This record gives sequence, structure tokens and C-alpha cells, in this order.
Amino acid sequence: MTSKGGEKGDVLLEMRGLCIEGQSEDKWNEIVHDIDLTLHRGEVLGLIGESGAGKSTIGIASMGFARPGCRITSGSIVFDGMDLRTMSDGKLRRLRGSRIAYVAQSAAAAFNPAHKLIDQYTETPVQHRVKPKAEAEQDAIALYRRLRLPDPDNIGFRYPHQVSGGQLQRAMTAMAMACRPDLIVFDEPTTALDVTTQIEVLAAIRDVVEEFHTAAIYITHDLAVVAQMADRIMVLQYGDLVEEGDAREMLANPKEEYTRRLLAVRSFRKEEEPPAMADPPLLEIRDVTASYGGEVVVLEDISMKIGRGRTVAVVGESGSGKSTAARVITGLLPPIKGSVLFKGEELPASYKKRSTDQLRHVQMIYQSPDVALNPRQRIRDIIGRPLEFYLGIKGKRKTERTRELLQMIEMDPDEFMDRLPGELSGGQKQRICIARALAADPEVIICDEVTSALDQLVAEEILKLLQRLQNELGVTYLFITHDLATVKAIADEIVVMLQGRIVEQGPKQDILTPPHDPYTDLLLSSVPEMDPDWMDNLLADRAARKARGEKLMETGDQ
Amino acid sequence: MAKILKMVTQRLALGLLTLFVVSMIIFLGVELLPGDFAQEILGQSATPETVAAFRRELGLDLPWYTRYLDWLGGVMQGDFGKSLASRRDVSELIGTRLLNTLFLAAVAAVISVPIALALGVLAALYRNTIFDRTINVFTLTSISFPDFFVAYILILFLSVKVNIFPSISNVSSDLGFWEHVYRVILPALTLTLVIVAHMMRMTRASIINLLASPYIEMAMLKGISRSRIVTHHALPNALAPIINVIVINLAFLVVGVVVVEVVFVYPGLGQLLVDSVSKRDIPVVQASCLIFAATFILLNLTADVLSILTNPRLLHPK
Repeated sequence: MTSKGGEKGDVLLEMRGLCIEGQSEDKWNEIVHDIDLTLHRGEVLGLIGESGAGKSTIGIASMGFARPGCRITSGSIVFDGMDLRTMSDGKLRRLRGSRIAYVAQSAAAAFNPAHKLIDQYTETPVQHRVKPKAEAEQDAIALYRRLRLPDPDNIGFRYPHQVSGGQLQRAMTAMAMACRPDLIVFDEPTTALDVTTQIEVLAAIRDVVEEFHTAAIYITHDLAVVAQMADRIMVLQYGDLVEEGDAREMLANPKEEYTRRLLAVRSFRKEEEPPAMADPPLLEIRDVTASYGGEVVVLEDISMKIGRGRTVAVVGESGSGKSTAARVITGLLPPIKGSVLFKGEELPASYKKRSTDQLRHVQMIYQSPDVALNPRQRIRDIIGRPLEFYLGIKGKRKTERTRELLQMIEMDPDEFMDRLPGELSGGQKQRICIARALAADPEVIICDEVTSALDQLVAEEILKLLQRLQNELGVTYLFITHDLATVKAIADEIVVMLQGRIVEQGPKQDILTPPHDPYTDLLLSSVPEMDPDWMDNLLADRAARKARGEKLMETGDQ
Repeated sequence: MAKILKMVTQRLALGLLTLFVVSMIIFLGVELLPGDFAQEILGQSATPETVAAFRRELGLDLPWYTRYLDWLGGVMQGDFGKSLASRRDVSELIGTRLLNTLFLAAVAAVISVPIALALGVLAALYRNTIFDRTINVFTLTSISFPDFFVAYILILFLSVKVNIFPSISNVSSDLGFWEHVYRVILPALTLTLVIVAHMMRMTRASIINLLASPYIEMAMLKGISRSRIVTHHALPNALAPIINVIVINLAFLVVGVVVVEVVFVYPGLGQLLVDSVSKRDIPVVQASCLIFAATFILLNLTADVLSILTNPRLLHPK
């Protein structure tokens, strides 16, 4: 920022030989190894990597801060000529918020629930004595308008829980801008948002960063997102730098194998033709309406047919009712109206009234394997339990079958049989969940966001495994997801849901080929692509179509 | 606001039901005690005929449920009956005693609540320092001693060795306000020492619990000072549990002070209750227990309302 001295292009932040240690079970392990980082004024640097890459830790270290349980052990962090590591706590505190600001991943958690948005905005300028409160309030309203928040004059006077996720994320960006800092650290600011909301937030962030010539460190695990935001990219893995370079150049021409793999992610496509739809279908939902009590209907008149050996993907944003549909099918939530049919026969509405065999035929895999596995049970018991419960398999036969199942999910039985879930990685845990579902020898497996909590490379492995199992065993999948890349990879048929209704359904090719339903179009076009010009083109295209008077679907967040 | 009103009404109705159940339990409980009032008053030498006549006069010969219903009917009309021992109206007997107890509780609360909150916030702010440890050791020590022991220690130092405060808190209604305060200062200090630890530790724990929240990290990265983070960002979100503990302690100040009242010969409700139980003076016991139960119900209701008022999610729904 020129007013604080220095031209665009001067070095603003320089880290040399940064090492950070993290504490686990009373031992300190190095989690960031000897990282050098240079950031110029007005430049946006993307830090990318999977979980455990140390990107967030490095980002926060640029504020001279280490989270509890972490410590910066060596190296220098020089911000605008000042070494943050040798600076006094008081001086460092005066720097934070005023000259270096932070935007957190979950705005819903990072805003204090006890105070209004605008009071949290004005706190920084008032405490740092940059502006008096009244002036800061005017400034907040101007920035809210600039970030295209709805009703900018009044939105600040609401509490965080009264504002939607995407709006909160923009309000947080505004808050970071309050003192017009030289540097903002964006820590996965759109990861928790729906795709249609994400693009609004990304565009808003980029606009203000450009307008105020703010330098930024943009942390994300999504290469397509960073392609839209960053001038330069650093690829990290396990706390090491893998590759660094100009964003466009790296995307066009990655040097390292790891970067290439990250770039190639989401290229997996199902090859086999699905078996034809038989009559009656394996599973059918007829005119289902459901609610969680009260007047709000979460599902309205949903019907879908799922054929044996096929994969049906139910796609929609949060609140679209896709997980509720799964709860109705499994009998966890008896519907108000409508029925679930299995091989043409109506299933009892509540799981309590279903026979063991009816229960066995429909199994579930959940989003978060951490929560879905009992941390006190060994793998042998986790997989053995459905064998015994559903099929009456006991003793030696049970052990044999458990070993078979582990081999099926490509895990070594000798190594894993007697482990606890805590000793496995996220991807391995999800494999165990798959084996547990398979143990019941089911006809249908409902996969509820099974790859959302996993890193992209791991997620792709899981998708490949699921596809292989379908090819070998002929099992049917109902895939619930918000991730269109997953849908493109694995689906035979697609059901698009919005606010408890089905917008469109049909074979994958029909849904993915234009012309689309307006909502499907919005959903499909909002998925970030690796092309650095993708967002500009898309926004220009949307603006042009709007100018021509075409009716476009508003994004969920407006 | 309508929601709060509805909740308050519901709670009050439930409270009445609770009081009814409590009154029945107390009545049955006293009934199960060995011995009876007439025997107690007339002594061992009384002839069985005299005892029987006396019982008839007081209505004690009637079955317990008849007496209970009679009593209940009276209470409905605001008549708590007459004391068996002194033949005076129960309400008259209890009235001044209750005021005395509430006065002592109020003085103790005014001293202890601000101290506990301040110490809790400071301990959270300087946690794991010498300051924090000292406060913890001091408050835990004072809560570990029986309250009569604390009382005698205070008497020893503040009225025997250095004669600042009276060791006997005899009060009457003609005393001025400040004179009244002066006379109850020692029992109030005793109670303060007994309850501060609980409230202070809850304040400290609730605040520290929140210090790991993402919004606290956000506040740190906004460059907010430590004291402001604790008072402005953590404390408002920690209020609900703190309020609940404070209220439990306030209830204790009303119903649990018998021993302290005895030590300082203070004419409060607790002493009256103990006397009445030993004399089998059922109407007085009943009325005192109902007051205690009502205190608990009202204070808990206050805690719930305050918790709602301090929680923007409940106060300002979407």
C-alpha cells in the first residue's frame, strides 16, 4: 500500500529457513521444514497442499503467531523490514489486525456469537486507534456495499447466527480490510461453502484485494480455486516445499510429479456401461414428503428409481434435502407421505418395523469415517459385527470372511485386523466403512458425501475402489454429494435437488449436456476449473446474459 | 420476549406443582418422626389421659390426611396456621425471621459475587501463574473448612483479638440499616469465604474453556489485548454456566445457613426451623420448607431467564 511507504513490487514479507514444531503426546515433531517464502506488495500468493502440508501453519506464522501446541523454532519472518520473531509481544499485537489481517476458514465459528457484526468490524480500528467508532461504522457499511452484501446499511447490526455462511465470509473479509492492512492471510475461506456461494465470495475477495492493492496469502487445498486467485503458487507436502512458481506457468507446465497428480485429480471417469434398467427397479421412492416435525417440509414429492448395478447420484447444496432422502430410505425418518419400495415391495416406513433381511439389503457409508467408527473397537470387530448380526457367521468362518473383505478393499488383513480406528489414516478409515457395509452383503449402498472429508487424491482412490467393487459385485450405489466432480466421475444417473424438490433427473449424459435447467446450469457452471481465466469468463458471461435480459438463476447467497 | 413470558409462566406453574409435592413429602416426613408434639410439651410425667386430651385439642388425633388437607386449604387462602408451640400465627412468627435471613443473604451476596467474578476473570487471564495458584489455594482452603470453623476463626481475629466487629449478631427491627449491616458483617464474611471458591472456579473454568474457540483465535489475530479478549470476547459467552452456579450459591445463602446463624446467634429462618423440628411443630416446619423450596424455584427460574437474556441466539432468533 503506497500510503504506508513502498511501491507495488517491493518485498513485503520474507521468511527464511522457517521451521515449526507441533506437539503430539508430549513430543515435539517438526511439521514445517526450512521454508523460504517471499511476498511482494500487492501480490497474491497461493499456498496449496493436502491436509498435513503445513500451509495453514505457515500462513499464520506470517503474523508471528503459532497456534497452541505449535512453536516456531528457527528461521526469520521479516515483515516490512521488521523481524516478527524478535519483536516484543505488544508491538506484534499492534501489528496484527492493523497491518496484517486474517480471514478464517469457518466464518460461522470465527465470529464471536455474542456481538453484532459491525461491532466486531469496528473493534480493530478502534482498538488500534486508526479510526473512531462512528467513522469505522460508516466505513464498514461502505465495504459491505463494496462486497455486495445484501442490505449493507443494516446487515452489520445483526448477530452472526442471523446471517448465512457466504455472507458471513464476506463480512469477515470486510472485517479484515477494516484497517486497510498491507497483508491478509486467507485460510481456506471458501472451503465450507457451497459452489454457487463460493464463486460470489471468491469474486468479492479478489475485487477488494485488487482495489486496495493488498498483498494476500491464499491458503487452499483446491488447485482450481487458487488458479483464480493467485499470481504465484507454492505447492506444499508434509511441511516441505514441492514447487513454487508463477501461477499460470505452473498450471500449464507443472515440474513435479506431485503437482501433476494434484492437477490431474478429478479426471477419473467410469468406463463401463451400466446394466439396463429392469422392471420393477431395485429401489424406488414414490411421492415422498418428509419433515423433521414442525411446519417446514424438508422433502416435497420426491420420486426416483434406482436400477440394479447402477449408480445414481443425488446432487444439491446444503439444505437441499439430499441427506434427508437417505434417512427416509433407510427408515431413520419415516416420511409424512409416500413410500419406499424394494424390488417392487413396499418397505415399512420405520427401520424399527423392518426385518433383519430388509435392513441388510440397504447399507450406509457416511461422510466422516472418524465419527462413523467406534474408536474402541478393533477392525476385526467392526467388520465382524454385521457378519454375525445379519448373516449369522461366527467363529473361524467370521475371521476368514473378515480377511476376504479386507483384501477386497485393498488392505492387508495381517497388518490391520487388530488395529483400532485411531491408528488409521482418513482414507483407510473410509475403506473400513466400505468393508463394513459390504459385510452385510447388501444390494444397495447409500454413500452420503463419502469423499467430502478426504483429501482430493485420497478421495479419488476411494471412488476408484467403489467403482471396482461395483464392477465385481454388481452392487448398486446411491451417491449423495455436493461435489459435481464426483458426480461426473461415477454416476450413471443424476438427480439434481434444490430446497427439498427434484429439479431435474435423468441419465448422466442428458443432464450434463446443454440445454440445462437454470439451476443445474448455475450449479455446473459454478464448479471451479483449472483455467486461470475461468472465473473472469464466467462472470463476464453471466453479466452479458443478464444484460441481454436472460433470466438467470440467482445464486443461493443473495 | 413473548417466548420468555411463556417460559416464565410455564415454570411458575411447574413450580407450584413442585411446591405441592414438597409440602406432601415434608408432611409425611415429619409424620414418620418418632415421638409427638403433645408428649414433647407435657413431658414424661403427664398421664395418658392428659396427653390424649391435649392431642384432641390440637387436632392431632385426626388422621394425617385430614390434617394435611385442612392445612393445604388454609395455605390456599394465605393462612399458614398457628404454631403448635407458641400458639402464634405462623406467618407472623416467620415474617421477621425470613426478612433477617434474606438480609444476611443479600449482604453476603453483595460481597461475594463481585469478588468471585473478579477473581475468576483474573485467574483465567493469568492462568497457571503464581497469582492464579495463590487464588486457587486460598479459595479451596476456605471452602474445605467447615463453616462454623471459619466463623470461629473470624470471631477470634476480628472481634476478640482486634475488636472491630461484634461476635453476636443480635438484631431487632428498630436498628438502622447500616447498624444492621455492621452487626451481620461477620456471618456475611463467613458465608463469603464458604461460597466464593465455587463461583470463582466456575468463572475461571468457563472462560478458559472458551479460550480455544476459533473466535478467540480470531480476536488474537485482530491484535486485541489479552484482558479485552477475556472480558469482551470470552466472558459474555461464558455467562450461562456462571449464572447457574451463582444462583445455586445464592439459594444456599438462604437455605443452608443454619450453622452460621447458630454460631452468631442470628435470629434467622434456619434457627427457627431447627427449633421447630425438635419440637415437632409441624406448621412452622411446613411453612419454612415451602419458603426454602420456593426460593430454589424462583432463583433457578431467574437463572434460566438471565441465561436467555445473555444468549443472542435465543434473544434474537433468525
